[in-house]
Amino acid sequence: MPLALTDTVPEFTLPDTDGQPVPLIDADAPATVVVFTCNHCPYALAWHERINALVRDYADRGVRVLQVNPNDAERHPRDSLDAMRARVARGEFAGPYLHDESQAVARAFGAQTTPDVFVVGPDGRVVYRGAPDADHGDPSLDAAWVREALEDVLAGRPVARAETQPVGCSVKWRP
Amino acid sequence: MTAPPVELLYWDGCPSHPEALADLRAALAELGRGDLEVAVRRIDDDAAAEAEGFIGSPTIRVAGTDAFPPPHDEPPGLACRVYRLADGRFSPTPDPGELRAALARLLR
Repeated sequence: MPLALTDTVPEFTLPDTDGQPVPLIDADAPATVVVFTCNHCPYALAWHERINALVRDYADRGVRVLQVNPNDAERHPRDSLDAMRARVARGEFAGPYLHDESQAVARAFGAQTTPDVFVVGPDGRVVYRGAPDADHGDPSLDAAWVREALEDVLAGRPVARAETQPVGCSVKWRP
Repeated sequence: MTAPPVELLYWDGCPSHPEALADLRAALAELGRGDLEVAVRRIDDDAAAEAEGFIGSPTIRVAGTDAFPPPHDEPPGLACRVYRLADGRFSPTPDPGELRAALARLLR
């Protein structure tokens, strides 16, 4: 069963583009944002700089932002690990870019699209799931829905807007 | 003289085709060619993508010519096409002005 709001995230570790294992959840972090994304989806690319801004803007408050590529690279070579490494080498990622080669994490989360954003609170429970904001075409929206959720979590409040519809390219599942 | 066929090819895994179709019809109307039928065709699987040379959704063709010719090494497959707007931003649909210009060229 995919995760639902308020479900506890299982303990997963995924490799970054250097092969270093990165745990999805860190009990010391006040919040973790998991963004399923990829290399060649126009929606993911349109929102990408807004996600990078989140990484930078919340780093000093201890928020972790992990971007995860779950796509099947066999049928979609542009989502290969080498292509991920090339993007990281070009400086396109402000934070870790993780490879979910088995797709186990995406399946566990119930990721549908790239992007699909999950905010996990300090108790390891999902408190927000959906799109970064209301319009991939409007950079001024600045991932507002994720920022609102983070502000609620960091203030110890229930998240007011806990769920929105993820919008993007369908996750490329293995056959 | 027969009107050149205008086609929009799409794949369901990409939610951009309704906007692309609306932009396409608007561009044709602005060019005074609102009379042209747009054939909307869904591509369902890899075999169909291969057979059609479909490199992603949405793809707009006039008389078989892609309005935004891709690089030669672009592989066919079920994917979302990445377009760039006039200001350089990534987009799942073509820039409306560039679409209008491409159609004007192809419909001459």
